[in-house]
Amino acid sequence: MMRATRDYLTFLWRCGRIAFVGDWRYYAWMGGLTVFCLLGLHAYCIQFVHGLIVTGMSDEVSWGVYIANFTFLVGVAAAAVMMVIPVYIYDNEELHDLVIFGELLAVAAIIMCLAFVTVDLGRPDRFWHLIPGIGQLNFPRSMLSWDVIVLNGYLLLNVHICGYLLYSRYQNRKPSKWFYIPFVFVAIVWAVSIHTVTAFLYVGLGGRPFWNSSIVGPRFLASAFSAGPSIIILALQIIRRVTHYHITDKALLTLRSIVQVSMIINVFLLFNEVFKEFYSGLHVASSTYLFLGLDGHHALVPWIWTAVVFNLVSMFLLILPLTRSLKWLDLACVLCIVGIWIEKGMGLVIPGFIPTPLGALIEYTPSLNETLVCLGIWAFGLLCYTIFLRMSVPILQGRLSKANEHLPEPDAAADPATAPVPH
Amino acid sequence: MGRRNFLRSSAAFAGLGALAASLSPLRELGDYSSVDEFMQKYYKEMTPDDMAKVITRIENDVQRQYGIRPHVRDLKPMDGAEFVYCLNLTRCIGCRKCVHACVNENNQSRNPEIQYIRVLKLPHGSMDIDKADHEYNPESVPEKGFFYMPVQCQQCHNPPCVKVCPVHATWQEKDGITVIDYDWCIGCRYCEAACPYWARRFNFTKPEIPKERLNPNMSYLGNRPRKQGVMEKCHFCIQRTRVGRYPACLEVCPVGARKFGNILDPDSEVSYILREKRIFIQLKEEMGTNPRFFYYFEK
Repeated sequence: MMRATRDYLTFLWRCGRIAFVGDWRYYAWMGGLTVFCLLGLHAYCIQFVHGLIVTGMSDEVSWGVYIANFTFLVGVAAAAVMMVIPVYIYDNEELHDLVIFGELLAVAAIIMCLAFVTVDLGRPDRFWHLIPGIGQLNFPRSMLSWDVIVLNGYLLLNVHICGYLLYSRYQNRKPSKWFYIPFVFVAIVWAVSIHTVTAFLYVGLGGRPFWNSSIVGPRFLASAFSAGPSIIILALQIIRRVTHYHITDKALLTLRSIVQVSMIINVFLLFNEVFKEFYSGLHVASSTYLFLGLDGHHALVPWIWTAVVFNLVSMFLLILPLTRSLKWLDLACVLCIVGIWIEKGMGLVIPGFIPTPLGALIEYTPSLNETLVCLGIWAFGLLCYTIFLRMSVPILQGRLSKANEHLPEPDAAADPATAPVPH
Repeated sequence: MGRRNFLRSSAAFAGLGALAASLSPLRELGDYSSVDEFMQKYYKEMTPDDMAKVITRIENDVQRQYGIRPHVRDLKPMDGAEFVYCLNLTRCIGCRKCVHACVNENNQSRNPEIQYIRVLKLPHGSMDIDKADHEYNPESVPEKGFFYMPVQCQQCHNPPCVKVCPVHATWQEKDGITVIDYDWCIGCRYCEAACPYWARRFNFTKPEIPKERLNPNMSYLGNRPRKQGVMEKCHFCIQRTRVGRYPACLEVCPVGARKFGNILDPDSEVSYILREKRIFIQLKEEMGTNPRFFYYFEK
């Protein structure tokens, strides 16, 4: 027992240590992210002291970019399942060694999600009121209480799966199936649940006709399964370039097929919604505001049309054989990510509040302080993901293992991470 | 010391310095929350002793901040009472006296300004709220061709705000009033998104009330001063109505458009109105929220 604990602590120590070791590019990247994290922290401290008045939000538009980013990132987290399903259900060989990068991305995304909801709270010091047992969690009536449970549960599931697999590899032991396969299958269902519950957060509000539509849930999933794997495609290419970890083109093209199908479904569902809103002309004020502008207010119009164009171009690129070339695939992925980020953020959260239930038209623009907080959280998420990769890649390559525990630690100058590893 | 170690230490120092600079706005934090307030129990779990202590703390806080000793009470619902509001749209002239009487009575923030009642100006012959003018400001009211509809918390039988609150910080009391424990609310604003009547308000910053305007007659679930970052809304002037008085908005109304009373008492004015008037409506009846707030029409 003592020995096992000591081994595990050594493992954690070595993982922690390697996060601070890298070449100059690594330091520059991490340094840059840290600067943004601190800028965000500074902006958040201002908000903590003076209140949410330093944001662009008001009683009319009472949720803004914080909740918008939160919604988008829940989708990114859920999308890890699109690598898990091919690997664990269809035994896909190409993705097998990559699935852990998707799961680590989910962990980083959930951390960002939790940060985004926390900064949106008026009284973050009272977060303990949400903890079952000592607080008063309104479960199962409040959809927000479901979200608290599913998001934290998903975080724990993925931390367990990644942590266990990496530690097994570190010890050069075959992972015991009973210890992780059941969790993998629970996580598949759980991934769908996090995004469905987040959709229900909006769908359940009868007073907001723009959200009160059963298509929101399916649209969330379709957009998540487009944007999430797109992010993974880009991340894998960066990993391949920076660490020489073995990633085949075929693996990337498998992900391309996933994005391709999801994107078609996503655009189709968007079309369905637009048709229903405008053809029936019922409760159409929010959609009119979003797509065309209403009574001289049209702050969101350029955003949503950018999103529509990006989504369509991305879809056509993905359908064409052109995107079998990685350059074009990258372009399609970037368009897809930006398009869906706008559509899920600015395009879904904000118009739900405009006009208000009493018909007032008050627009919303995020303030500088609010934007800095968002950038800070994104930087923090990227920092976390980079650290996860910095730890996991050498473990998976066998360069960081229990066997070489007693050898001198690698240092910046002689860091093997940047040297090609024969495979 | 080697060059590498020197670089490392300098980086660590620079990092700590930058971290301290990032946290520097926290120096202005002031009296954000005391330990007692942080540890305070949920309203429904407090014993009478707990409540007595909390009330003393609130009275001390108010005195320290405003220099006035308030009288804070924890008024419970009366037995056999369920409150209902009736508003006569034919009479309302849109003068907004109710809006300001409410602000004075209930210690709302004056800067930024928080109001519980929103008076809508609607064109003659239309109940379409999307056509409402919120910012009308003519020389005199009423204006020809328009009517006025004051909207405040409708005290629903099925309140969406209560359903969505993740921490039970808002609930419906026996007398039909939906209240908020301002010391339990986490400020997520989900209730504000859920309310179909736009009746809830958020304290985006520390509320400001001039000392001389503070109403010292306070109740825990009612008009005691709120803190930054929590929700508030109309509570039918709980500090008045639970001791048998009328709400402030009713008392100030110059045309007698507002009627308030106990629906369980068959002799009350509101019972008479709902029994005898041919037409009365609930706002957004199709939502299924079943408000305790009725609009009726009569000369």
